[in-house]
Amino acid sequence: MAEIVAGIGISHVPALGPAVDAAATGKDTNPLMKAFTDVGSWLSETKPDVLVVIYNDHGASFSFDLVPTFAIGAAESYLPADEGFGRPPLPEYPGDADLSWHIIDSVVPEGFDLTVCQSLDVDHGFSTPMKVLFGTPEAWPVKVIPLAVNVVQQPTPSAQRCYELGRAIGRALRSYPKDVRVAVIGTGGMSHQLQGERAGHINPDFDRRFLSEIANSPESLASLSNPEYINLAGSEGAELVMWLIMRGALDDDVETGLSGYVIPVANTAAGVVAMQNAASVKKADALQTAGR
Amino acid sequence: MAQETPLSFDQIPGTYVFDGRRSRMGYPLNKMSAALNSPAERQAFQSDPEAFMERFGLTEEQREAVRTRDWLSMIKHGGNIYFAYKIGVMDGLTVQQVLAAMTGTSAEEFKEMMSNGGRQPNG
Repeated sequence: MAEIVAGIGISHVPALGPAVDAAATGKDTNPLMKAFTDVGSWLSETKPDVLVVIYNDHGASFSFDLVPTFAIGAAESYLPADEGFGRPPLPEYPGDADLSWHIIDSVVPEGFDLTVCQSLDVDHGFSTPMKVLFGTPEAWPVKVIPLAVNVVQQPTPSAQRCYELGRAIGRALRSYPKDVRVAVIGTGGMSHQLQGERAGHINPDFDRRFLSEIANSPESLASLSNPEYINLAGSEGAELVMWLIMRGALDDDVETGLSGYVIPVANTAAGVVAMQNAASVKKADALQTAGR
Repeated sequence: MAQETPLSFDQIPGTYVFDGRRSRMGYPLNKMSAALNSPAERQAFQSDPEAFMERFGLTEEQREAVRTRDWLSMIKHGGNIYFAYKIGVMDGLTVQQVLAAMTGTSAEEFKEMMSNGGRQPNG
Protein backbone atom coordinates (compact mmCIF):
# COMPACT_ATOMS: atom_id res chain seq x y z
CA MET A 1 0.00 0.00 0.00
CA ALA A 2 1.12 3.54 -0.65
CA GLU A 3 2.40 5.42 2.36
CA ILE A 4 2.47 9.19 2.82
CA VAL A 5 5.94 9.77 4.22
CA ALA A 6 6.18 13.55 4.37
CA GLY A 7 4.32 16.81 3.94
CA ILE A 8 6.18 20.00 3.17
CA GLY A 9 5.07 23.59 2.79
CA ILE A 10 7.63 25.70 0.93
CA SER A 11 7.84 29.03 -0.90
CA HIS A 12 8.38 28.99 -4.65
CA VAL A 13 9.76 32.48 -5.34
CA PRO A 14 12.43 32.10 -8.10
CA ALA A 15 15.07 33.96 -6.04
CA LEU A 16 14.86 31.25 -3.37
CA GLY A 17 17.04 28.87 -5.44
CA PRO A 18 20.00 31.30 -5.74
CA ALA A 19 19.52 32.42 -2.10
CA VAL A 20 19.76 28.85 -0.84
CA ASP A 21 22.82 28.21 -3.05
CA ALA A 22 24.47 31.38 -1.71
CA ALA A 23 23.86 30.21 1.86
CA ALA A 24 25.20 26.71 1.11
CA THR A 25 28.42 28.07 -0.39
CA GLY A 26 28.91 30.64 2.38
CA LYS A 27 28.33 33.64 0.09
CA ASP A 28 25.33 34.55 2.21
CA THR A 29 25.76 34.16 5.95
CA ASN A 30 22.08 34.39 6.91
CA PRO A 31 21.72 31.33 9.18
CA LEU A 32 17.95 31.27 8.60
CA MET A 33 18.44 30.08 5.01
CA LYS A 34 19.76 26.77 6.30
CA ALA A 35 16.24 25.55 7.11
CA PHE A 36 15.49 25.15 3.41
CA THR A 37 18.47 22.86 2.72
CA ASP A 38 17.84 21.01 5.97
CA VAL A 39 14.28 20.24 4.88
CA GLY A 40 15.67 18.99 1.55
CA SER A 41 18.03 16.59 3.35
CA TRP A 42 15.26 15.48 5.68
CA LEU A 43 12.95 14.81 2.73
CA SER A 44 15.59 12.67 1.03
CA GLU A 45 15.92 10.63 4.24
CA THR A 46 12.20 9.79 4.09
CA LYS A 47 13.02 8.10 0.74
CA PRO A 48 10.02 9.22 -1.29
CA ASP A 49 9.35 7.54 -4.63
CA VAL A 50 6.81 10.10 -5.80
CA LEU A 51 6.10 13.73 -4.99
CA VAL A 52 2.69 15.31 -5.41
CA VAL A 53 3.62 18.96 -5.97
CA ILE A 54 0.85 21.51 -5.53
CA TYR A 55 1.74 24.75 -7.28
CA ASN A 56 0.32 27.49 -9.46
CA ASP A 57 1.12 28.39 -13.01
CA HIS A 58 2.27 31.97 -13.63
CA GLY A 59 1.12 32.44 -17.20
CA ALA A 60 3.37 29.72 -18.65
CA SER A 61 0.99 26.86 -19.46
CA PHE A 62 -2.35 28.52 -18.76
CA SER A 63 -3.32 31.98 -19.97
CA PHE A 64 -6.70 33.62 -19.37
CA ASP A 65 -7.94 31.73 -22.43
CA LEU A 66 -8.35 28.81 -20.10
CA VAL A 67 -8.14 28.79 -16.30
CA PRO A 68 -8.68 25.40 -14.68
CA THR A 69 -9.44 25.67 -10.98
CA PHE A 70 -7.56 22.44 -10.25
CA ALA A 71 -5.48 20.74 -12.96
CA ILE A 72 -3.54 17.53 -12.44
CA GLY A 73 -0.71 16.22 -14.57
CA ALA A 74 -1.24 12.69 -15.91
CA ALA A 75 1.83 12.47 -18.12
CA GLU A 76 4.89 10.21 -18.18
CA SER A 77 7.10 13.31 -18.02
CA TYR A 78 6.94 17.11 -17.71
CA LEU A 79 9.17 19.78 -19.22
CA PRO A 80 10.24 22.99 -17.47
CA ALA A 81 8.35 25.84 -19.16
CA ASP A 82 9.61 28.89 -21.05
CA GLU A 83 8.20 31.77 -18.99
CA GLY A 84 9.72 34.48 -21.15
CA PHE A 85 13.41 33.77 -20.47
CA GLY A 86 13.79 30.64 -22.59
CA ARG A 87 13.38 27.09 -21.32
CA PRO A 88 15.45 26.68 -18.12
CA PRO A 89 18.31 24.15 -18.28
CA LEU A 90 16.74 21.60 -15.95
CA PRO A 91 16.22 17.89 -16.51
CA GLU A 92 12.70 16.89 -17.42
CA TYR A 93 10.58 15.59 -14.58
CA PRO A 94 9.56 11.92 -14.72
CA GLY A 95 5.86 11.43 -14.04
CA ASP A 96 3.85 8.62 -12.50
CA ALA A 97 0.81 8.48 -14.75
CA ASP A 98 -0.54 5.36 -12.98
CA LEU A 99 -0.74 7.17 -9.67
CA SER A 100 -2.06 10.33 -11.35
CA TRP A 101 -4.94 8.34 -12.81
CA HIS A 102 -5.57 6.62 -9.50
CA ILE A 103 -5.95 10.05 -7.87
CA ILE A 104 -8.20 11.22 -10.73
CA ASP A 105 -10.35 8.08 -10.54
CA SER A 106 -10.65 8.49 -6.77
CA VAL A 107 -11.32 12.19 -6.28
CA VAL A 108 -13.46 13.12 -9.32
CA PRO A 109 -16.26 10.72 -8.34
CA GLU A 110 -16.07 12.28 -4.87
CA GLY A 111 -16.94 15.65 -6.43
CA PHE A 112 -13.51 17.24 -6.98
CA ASP A 113 -13.61 17.95 -10.69
CA LEU A 114 -9.97 18.01 -11.71
CA THR A 115 -8.84 19.06 -15.18
CA VAL A 116 -6.68 16.22 -16.53
CA CYS A 117 -3.48 17.20 -18.39
CA GLN A 118 -1.67 14.52 -20.42
CA SER A 119 0.82 17.17 -21.47
CA LEU A 120 1.89 19.96 -19.15
CA ASP A 121 4.94 22.22 -18.93
CA VAL A 122 5.69 23.28 -15.36
CA ASP A 123 7.01 26.71 -14.40
CA HIS A 124 9.00 28.16 -11.49
CA GLY A 125 6.12 27.54 -9.08
CA PHE A 126 7.00 23.87 -9.48
CA SER A 127 10.71 24.01 -10.33
CA THR A 128 11.89 26.30 -7.54
CA PRO A 129 10.90 23.93 -4.71
CA MET A 130 12.38 21.00 -6.65
CA LYS A 131 15.72 22.84 -6.98
CA VAL A 132 15.69 23.89 -3.33
CA LEU A 133 14.86 20.40 -2.08
CA PHE A 134 17.07 18.35 -4.45
CA GLY A 135 19.61 20.76 -5.94
CA THR A 136 19.99 20.38 -9.70
CA PRO A 137 20.86 16.74 -10.30
CA GLU A 138 21.45 15.24 -13.76
CA ALA A 139 18.19 13.39 -13.27
CA TRP A 140 15.56 13.95 -10.60
CA PRO A 141 15.63 11.22 -7.92
CA VAL A 142 11.81 11.05 -7.66
CA LYS A 143 8.77 10.89 -9.90
CA VAL A 144 6.37 13.80 -9.74
CA ILE A 145 2.68 14.57 -10.04
CA PRO A 146 2.01 18.27 -10.60
CA LEU A 147 -1.26 19.68 -9.29
CA ALA A 148 -1.85 23.22 -10.56
CA VAL A 149 -4.29 25.44 -8.65
CA ASN A 150 -5.80 28.68 -9.90
CA VAL A 151 -4.73 31.21 -7.29
CA VAL A 152 -4.44 34.02 -9.85
CA GLN A 153 -7.92 34.80 -11.18
CA GLN A 154 -10.69 35.28 -8.63
CA PRO A 155 -12.81 33.51 -7.70
CA THR A 156 -10.06 31.10 -6.72
CA PRO A 157 -10.95 27.98 -4.74
CA SER A 158 -11.49 28.78 -1.08
CA ALA A 159 -9.06 27.68 1.59
CA GLN A 160 -11.75 25.31 2.87
CA ARG A 161 -12.16 23.74 -0.58
CA CYS A 162 -8.40 23.33 -0.88
CA TYR A 163 -8.24 21.62 2.50
CA GLU A 164 -11.06 19.27 1.53
CA LEU A 165 -9.41 18.45 -1.81
CA GLY A 166 -6.27 17.60 0.15
CA ARG A 167 -8.25 15.21 2.33
CA ALA A 168 -9.66 13.51 -0.77
CA ILE A 169 -6.15 13.20 -2.23
CA GLY A 170 -4.99 11.69 1.07
CA ARG A 171 -7.75 9.08 0.88
CA ALA A 172 -6.77 8.36 -2.74
CA LEU A 173 -3.10 7.91 -1.87
CA ARG A 174 -3.86 5.63 1.06
CA SER A 175 -6.01 3.42 -1.17
CA TYR A 176 -3.33 2.98 -3.86
CA PRO A 177 -2.43 -0.72 -3.97
CA LYS A 178 1.24 -0.30 -4.98
CA ASP A 179 3.95 0.03 -2.35
CA VAL A 180 5.11 3.54 -3.07
CA ARG A 181 6.33 6.20 -0.70
CA VAL A 182 4.67 9.54 -1.41
CA ALA A 183 5.54 13.03 -0.21
CA VAL A 184 3.14 15.91 -0.68
CA ILE A 185 4.57 19.37 -1.28
CA GLY A 186 2.45 22.51 -0.96
CA THR A 187 4.19 25.49 -2.54
CA GLY A 188 3.86 29.27 -2.50
CA GLY A 189 3.84 32.18 -0.12
CA MET A 190 4.49 33.46 2.28
CA SER A 191 3.09 37.00 2.49
CA HIS A 192 3.84 39.14 -0.56
CA GLN A 193 2.16 41.47 -2.98
CA LEU A 194 3.39 42.16 -6.51
CA GLN A 195 0.89 44.80 -7.63
CA GLY A 196 -0.78 48.09 -6.77
CA GLU A 197 0.35 50.80 -4.39
CA ARG A 198 0.60 48.20 -1.63
CA ALA A 199 3.28 46.22 -3.57
CA GLY A 200 5.93 45.00 -1.13
CA HIS A 201 3.36 44.13 1.56
CA ILE A 202 4.77 41.72 4.15
CA ASN A 203 2.85 40.48 7.19
CA PRO A 204 5.13 38.59 9.58
CA ASP A 205 2.41 38.19 12.25
CA PHE A 206 0.14 36.39 9.80
CA ASP A 207 3.00 34.30 8.39
CA ARG A 208 4.03 33.15 11.86
CA ARG A 209 0.44 32.33 12.70
CA PHE A 210 0.17 30.32 9.47
CA LEU A 211 3.42 28.44 10.16
CA SER A 212 2.33 27.61 13.68
CA GLU A 213 -1.26 26.57 12.84
CA ILE A 214 -0.75 24.65 9.59
CA ALA A 215 0.15 21.46 11.46
CA ASN A 216 -2.26 21.41 14.37
CA SER A 217 -5.08 23.87 13.65
CA PRO A 218 -5.50 23.79 9.87
CA GLU A 219 -9.27 24.27 10.26
CA SER A 220 -8.63 27.76 11.58
CA LEU A 221 -6.64 28.62 8.42
CA ALA A 222 -9.22 26.89 6.22
CA SER A 223 -11.98 29.11 7.64
CA LEU A 224 -10.50 32.36 6.29
CA SER A 225 -12.16 33.84 3.19
CA ASN A 226 -10.37 34.79 -0.04
CA PRO A 227 -10.59 38.55 0.72
CA GLU A 228 -9.17 37.84 4.17
CA TYR A 229 -6.23 35.93 2.65
CA ILE A 230 -5.53 38.77 0.20
CA ASN A 231 -5.84 41.37 2.94
CA LEU A 232 -3.57 39.49 5.35
CA ALA A 233 -1.06 37.73 3.09
CA GLY A 234 -1.15 40.06 0.06
CA SER A 235 -2.63 39.59 -3.41
CA GLU A 236 0.04 37.02 -4.32
CA GLY A 237 0.61 35.67 -0.80
CA ALA A 238 -2.98 34.43 -0.93
CA GLU A 239 -1.51 31.42 -2.79
CA LEU A 240 -0.75 30.02 0.69
CA VAL A 241 -4.08 28.15 0.43
CA MET A 242 -2.10 25.57 -1.58
CA TRP A 243 -0.35 24.50 1.63
CA LEU A 244 -3.77 23.45 2.92
CA ILE A 245 -4.09 20.88 0.13
CA MET A 246 -0.83 19.36 1.34
CA ARG A 247 -1.99 19.50 4.96
CA GLY A 248 -5.32 17.89 4.11
CA ALA A 249 -3.56 14.92 2.51
CA LEU A 250 -1.86 14.05 5.80
CA ASP A 251 -3.53 12.49 8.85
CA ASP A 252 -5.32 14.70 11.37
CA ASP A 253 -2.53 13.99 13.82
CA VAL A 254 0.86 15.14 12.55
CA GLU A 255 4.21 16.01 14.04
CA THR A 256 6.17 18.97 12.71
CA GLY A 257 9.89 18.88 12.44
CA LEU A 258 11.92 21.58 10.78
CA SER A 259 10.57 24.96 9.88
CA GLY A 260 12.04 28.28 8.85
CA TYR A 261 11.05 31.83 7.96
CA VAL A 262 13.06 34.54 6.18
CA ILE A 263 12.33 38.15 5.14
CA PRO A 264 12.92 38.99 2.39
CA VAL A 265 13.72 36.68 -0.47
CA ALA A 266 13.49 39.20 -3.33
CA ASN A 267 10.03 40.68 -2.69
CA THR A 268 8.49 38.01 -0.51
CA ALA A 269 8.57 36.54 2.94
CA ALA A 270 9.70 32.95 2.47
CA GLY A 271 8.89 29.98 4.65
CA VAL A 272 9.27 26.25 4.92
CA VAL A 273 7.77 23.61 7.19
CA ALA A 274 8.16 19.83 7.24
CA MET A 275 5.71 17.44 8.85
CA GLN A 276 4.96 13.76 9.12
CA ASN A 277 1.96 11.69 10.15
CA ALA A 278 2.25 11.04 13.88
CA ALA A 279 1.47 7.36 13.26
CA SER A 280 4.51 7.05 10.97
CA VAL A 281 6.75 8.66 13.56
CA LYS A 282 5.52 6.23 16.22
CA LYS A 283 6.02 3.29 13.85
CA ALA A 284 9.57 4.41 13.05
CA ASP A 285 10.32 4.82 16.77
CA ALA A 286 9.02 1.32 17.47
CA LEU A 287 11.14 -0.17 14.67
CA GLN A 288 14.18 1.65 15.95
CA THR A 289 13.59 0.39 19.49
CA ALA A 290 13.04 -3.17 18.24
CA GLY A 291 16.25 -2.99 16.21
CA ARG A 292 18.40 -1.99 19.16
CA MET B 1 -25.20 41.70 18.52
CA ALA B 2 -24.03 43.57 15.43
CA GLN B 3 -23.09 41.24 12.61
CA GLU B 4 -19.69 41.97 11.07
CA THR B 5 -19.88 42.64 7.33
CA PRO B 6 -17.58 40.26 5.48
CA LEU B 7 -14.52 41.87 3.92
CA SER B 8 -14.83 42.46 0.17
CA PHE B 9 -12.13 42.68 -2.53
CA ASP B 10 -12.65 46.42 -2.98
CA GLN B 11 -11.89 47.18 0.67
CA ILE B 12 -8.26 46.09 0.47
CA PRO B 13 -6.10 49.22 0.17
CA GLY B 14 -3.65 49.66 -2.72
CA THR B 15 -4.72 46.36 -4.26
CA TYR B 16 -6.41 45.63 -7.60
CA VAL B 17 -7.79 42.16 -7.03
CA PHE B 18 -7.64 40.25 -10.31
CA ASP B 19 -11.24 39.16 -10.62
CA GLY B 20 -13.67 38.68 -13.50
CA ARG B 21 -14.05 42.42 -14.06
CA ARG B 22 -10.31 42.89 -14.51
CA SER B 23 -9.75 39.65 -16.38
CA ARG B 24 -12.38 40.67 -18.96
CA MET B 25 -10.96 44.18 -19.26
CA GLY B 26 -7.37 42.94 -19.42
CA TYR B 27 -7.92 40.01 -21.75
CA PRO B 28 -6.20 41.47 -24.86
CA LEU B 29 -3.27 42.82 -22.83
CA ASN B 30 -2.74 39.57 -20.96
CA LYS B 31 -3.20 37.48 -24.10
CA MET B 32 -0.50 39.55 -25.80
CA SER B 33 1.80 39.09 -22.81
CA ALA B 34 1.18 35.34 -22.73
CA ALA B 35 2.35 35.18 -26.36
CA LEU B 36 5.76 36.37 -25.13
CA ASN B 37 6.46 32.87 -23.80
CA SER B 38 7.52 32.09 -27.38
CA PRO B 39 10.95 33.28 -28.62
CA ALA B 40 9.53 34.16 -32.08
CA GLU B 41 6.80 36.31 -30.52
CA ARG B 42 9.31 38.05 -28.26
CA GLN B 43 11.21 39.01 -31.40
CA ALA B 44 8.00 40.16 -33.12
CA PHE B 45 7.12 42.40 -30.15
CA GLN B 46 10.58 43.92 -30.06
CA SER B 47 10.76 44.63 -33.77
CA ASP B 48 7.31 46.28 -34.03
CA PRO B 49 5.49 46.78 -30.72
CA GLU B 50 2.67 48.82 -32.29
CA ALA B 51 1.82 46.12 -34.81
CA PHE B 52 2.06 43.53 -32.06
CA MET B 53 -0.39 45.43 -29.84
CA GLU B 54 -2.71 45.96 -32.80
CA ARG B 55 -2.71 42.23 -33.49
CA PHE B 56 -4.04 41.51 -30.00
CA GLY B 57 -6.53 44.40 -30.02
CA LEU B 58 -5.32 46.28 -26.96
CA THR B 59 -7.35 49.34 -25.95
CA GLU B 60 -5.69 52.73 -26.41
CA GLU B 61 -5.18 53.03 -22.62
CA GLN B 62 -3.49 49.64 -22.55
CA ARG B 63 -1.27 50.55 -25.52
CA GLU B 64 -0.22 53.79 -23.87
CA ALA B 65 0.53 51.94 -20.62
CA VAL B 66 2.72 49.47 -22.52
CA ARG B 67 4.46 52.22 -24.55
CA THR B 68 5.34 54.19 -21.43
CA ARG B 69 5.92 51.08 -19.31
CA ASP B 70 3.39 52.45 -16.84
CA TRP B 71 3.04 49.29 -14.77
CA LEU B 72 0.38 50.66 -12.43
CA SER B 73 -1.72 51.71 -15.40
CA MET B 74 -1.35 48.21 -16.89
CA ILE B 75 -2.67 46.78 -13.61
CA LYS B 76 -5.51 49.31 -13.49
CA HIS B 77 -6.48 48.37 -17.05
CA GLY B 78 -6.73 44.69 -16.29
CA GLY B 79 -3.13 43.57 -16.63
CA ASN B 80 -2.06 40.73 -14.37
CA ILE B 81 1.44 41.12 -12.95
CA TYR B 82 2.63 37.65 -13.91
CA PHE B 83 1.76 38.45 -17.52
CA ALA B 84 2.76 42.12 -17.55
CA TYR B 85 6.16 41.16 -16.14
CA LYS B 86 6.94 39.27 -19.36
CA ILE B 87 7.20 42.73 -20.96
CA GLY B 88 9.60 43.73 -18.19
CA VAL B 89 11.69 40.61 -18.87
CA MET B 90 12.34 41.88 -22.40
CA ASP B 91 13.48 45.22 -20.95
CA GLY B 92 15.91 43.33 -18.73
CA LEU B 93 14.05 44.36 -15.57
CA THR B 94 13.74 42.41 -12.35
CA VAL B 95 10.34 42.06 -10.68
CA GLN B 96 11.66 44.38 -7.99
CA GLN B 97 12.48 47.12 -10.51
CA VAL B 98 8.97 46.81 -11.93
CA LEU B 99 7.43 47.04 -8.46
CA ALA B 100 9.55 50.06 -7.58
CA ALA B 101 8.39 51.82 -10.74
CA MET B 102 4.80 50.78 -10.01
CA THR B 103 4.89 52.38 -6.59
CA GLY B 104 6.82 55.47 -7.69
CA THR B 105 9.99 54.75 -5.75
CA SER B 106 13.54 54.13 -6.89
CA ALA B 107 14.79 50.57 -7.14
CA GLU B 108 17.22 51.28 -4.29
CA GLU B 109 14.47 52.59 -2.03
CA PHE B 110 12.22 49.63 -2.79
CA LYS B 111 15.05 47.20 -2.15
CA GLU B 112 15.80 48.90 1.14
CA MET B 113 12.16 48.74 2.17
CA MET B 114 12.12 44.99 1.47
CA SER B 115 15.39 44.43 3.34
CA ASN B 116 13.91 46.29 6.30
CA GLY B 117 10.99 43.88 6.47
CA GLY B 118 8.84 45.07 3.59
CA ARG B 119 5.77 47.26 3.60
CA GLN B 120 4.11 46.60 6.94
CA PRO B 121 0.36 45.94 7.16
CA ASN B 122 -1.46 49.29 7.42
CA GLY B 123 1.89 50.95 6.67
